[in-house]
Amino acid sequence: MHLGVSESMRECEYSQISTRSSTPMETPYKKRTPKKRKWEIFPGRNKFYCDGRIMMAKQTGVFYLTLILILVTCGLFFTFDCPFLAQQLTPVIPVIGGVLFLFVLGTLLRTSFSDPGVLPRASPDEAADLERQIDVANGGTGYRPPPRTKEVVINGQTVKLKYCFTCKIFRPPRASHCSLCDNCVERFDHHCPWVGNCVGRRNYRFFYMFILSLSFLTIFIFAFVITHIILSSHQNGFLSALKNSPARYPFTVPLVVCFFSVWSIVGLSGFHTYLISSNQTTNEDIKGSWSSKRGKDNYNPYSYGNIFTNCCAALCGPLPPSLIDRRGFVEADVPQLAPPTNGITIYGSTQSQQSHTCDQDQCIQSTKFVLQAAATPLLQHQSSEPVILTTSPENGGTLPGRASLALTGPCTSLPLGQPTPPTSTSSLSCHEAADNNPLQESLFQHHFLTPEEVPSPPGMLHCGSPMGHSHTTQAGFYDPASQDSLHEDSVRGLVKLSSV
Amino acid sequence: MATEFHNLQELRHSPSLVTKVFIQRDYSEGTVCRFQAKFPSELDNRIERTLLEETVKTLNSYYAEAEKIGGQSYLEGCLACATAYIIFLCMETRYEKVLRKISGFIQEQNEKIYAPRGLLLTDPIERGMRVLEISVFEDRGSGGSSPSSTMSSGSSAR
Repeated sequence: MHLGVSESMRECEYSQISTRSSTPMETPYKKRTPKKRKWEIFPGRNKFYCDGRIMMAKQTGVFYLTLILILVTCGLFFTFDCPFLAQQLTPVIPVIGGVLFLFVLGTLLRTSFSDPGVLPRASPDEAADLERQIDVANGGTGYRPPPRTKEVVINGQTVKLKYCFTCKIFRPPRASHCSLCDNCVERFDHHCPWVGNCVGRRNYRFFYMFILSLSFLTIFIFAFVITHIILSSHQNGFLSALKNSPARYPFTVPLVVCFFSVWSIVGLSGFHTYLISSNQTTNEDIKGSWSSKRGKDNYNPYSYGNIFTNCCAALCGPLPPSLIDRRGFVEADVPQLAPPTNGITIYGSTQSQQSHTCDQDQCIQSTKFVLQAAATPLLQHQSSEPVILTTSPENGGTLPGRASLALTGPCTSLPLGQPTPPTSTSSLSCHEAADNNPLQESLFQHHFLTPEEVPSPPGMLHCGSPMGHSHTTQAGFYDPASQDSLHEDSVRGLVKLSSV
Repeated sequence: MATEFHNLQELRHSPSLVTKVFIQRDYSEGTVCRFQAKFPSELDNRIERTLLEETVKTLNSYYAEAEKIGGQSYLEGCLACATAYIIFLCMETRYEKVLRKISGFIQEQNEKIYAPRGLLLTDPIERGMRVLEISVFEDRGSGGSSPSSTMSSGSSAR
C-alpha cells in the first residue's frame, strides 16, 4: 500500500518536473506534429490511397491491365459497333451495354478498393496473454515450442485453429494468412492479382458480381461484334466488310479479347457459383478440406444444407464493417500494464515487444549476453541490495521501454501505443542505456537478463523458460553460489548467436 | 470496495493499470461472433460471476442480431446489388447500426457496473473482434492485493 502511494506520488512528481523542464522550443514542435492516421502505420503490405479510404495490395500492375482491357474493349465497342447496331437493330443494345459496363466497373472498383476482411494484429498485451495461456496449457515445458493449434468443434466437425506467428492470434475458422499482403484475412478465398487485392469475407460478393457481370458483358460484346460483322457482310460481302471498315480494329480487338475472356471468365464464374452454392472458399476447395475423399464423416460444417440459403447467405448476408479502422487516429496514450513489484511480468511484456526485433539486434544482444555471462562472477561481488531492487517501477519500467525503443529503431514494425518512458533516449543501441551512474550497475544486470527473452527463430516464442530462468538468475543474485544457471545462460547465448 | 473510480474519466486516465484479462471468441457455432461465457479466474474477487456472464450474454445476443440472415438483410443485400453497391456510400448498414448500439451498451455497463469495481471493458471492435478486453485497475481500497495474487499465480504456473 505504501509502495503504491509512493509510486503514485513519485509519478506525480515526475510529471510535474517534465512539464516544468519542457522548453518553449519543445511545445511548438509538439503542436506541429500532426496526428497520424492508423493506415500510415499499418503493419501489412498494403497500399493506401485517398487518406486511407482506398486499400489495395502492393502489386497493382495487373489490376491496371484489367482496367485497360475492359476500358479499351468497351470503348471500341461503343464507338464503332454501337452506332451501327443502334441504327440497324435497336437502340436498346447500347443502353444494356452501358448498364453492364457501369456495373462491371463499379463492382471491380469496389472489390479492388475495399478491405477484404483483414484481421488486425494482436496488441502486445493480448499476445503476451496468449503466450502465457499456451505455456500454462503445456505445463511450461522447456525449449520445445508448444504446438500452436487449437481444436474446436463446429456443428459436429472438428476444426483446427492455427496460430499465426505474424499476427500473433489464433486464426478464426476459415481465415488464412495472405503471404502477399502479409495479413490474416477472414474467410480468405484467394489473392486475385487481376483485381489487385485479396478476396475475403467483405468483398467476396463484389468479386462474384464482378466476374458474373463481366461474363455477361464479354458474351454480350462478343455476340454483337459478330452480329455487326454478319450484318455488314450481308450488305457488302464478308471480306470487304473487314477490309473497308473505317477501322479494322473495332472488329478484331473486341473479338479477340472477348474470345479468350469468355472461356476464362465464364469458367471462373461457373466455378465460383459452385463454391457459393456449397458455401466453400477457393482455399478450402483447393485443399480439399471438406471433400468426402478425406473421410466418410467429413462434411462442410458451414453449409446451410440447401443451395438457395447458401447463395443468399454469401451474396445477401450482412456486410460486416472493416476491423482495421484505417482512418482513425493513432492514440498516443494507451494505458499499458503497470510495472509490478517484481520483475517477472516486465520480462513478459519485454518479450512481446522484443518479438519485433530484427536478426541484427538478436545478434548484438546474444553477443552481449555471452560477454556478460562470462564477466558475471566479477559483477556478483558488486551486487548489493538496493541495486537488485531496481525492479522497482522506475527502473523496471524504464528499461523495457528503452529496449523497445532502441530495438525498434532499425525496424519499422512498432506496435501501437507503446509507452514512452520518461528517461528513454532515441539511441539505437542498448549499451547507451547506462547513462546515469547510479543506475549503471542495475541496468547492466538487466541487460544480462533481457537477451534471454529474445527468441532465436521468429516462431520460437517461449514465454515460460526465459521467465523461469530470469527467476532463477534473479535468485542467483541473492545466492552467489548458483553458477549452473549462468553457465546455461551463456550456452544459450552461444546457441542463439549461431542460429541468427 | 474503493469508490475512487466512480468517475469513468478518472479511471481511463488513471495510471494504475494492473493487468488485462481477455475473454476469447467462442467458435463452437462457426464464424458467428460470440464470446466465451467462461468466467476468468483473475476476476474472482473483483466482480460477481453473474454480472459478467450477463454482460457477455447480452453482447453475444447483439452480435447474433447483427449477423442474422433474415428478411431485412436480404432486402438490404438485394437493394445494394441492384444499385451496384453505391447505396453503401449513403446508407448505414444494419451491422453498423447494431455496432453503435453495442458501443452504447458497453459504455453504460462500464459506468454502472465495471468502473465502480475498478474494471473497464473495451469494445471488441477496437480489438478487431478478437477478444473482449477487461482492464483491471489497482484496487486502492484493498491495498493492492490483486496484483500480488496475479504475480504469485503467474510464477507458480511455472
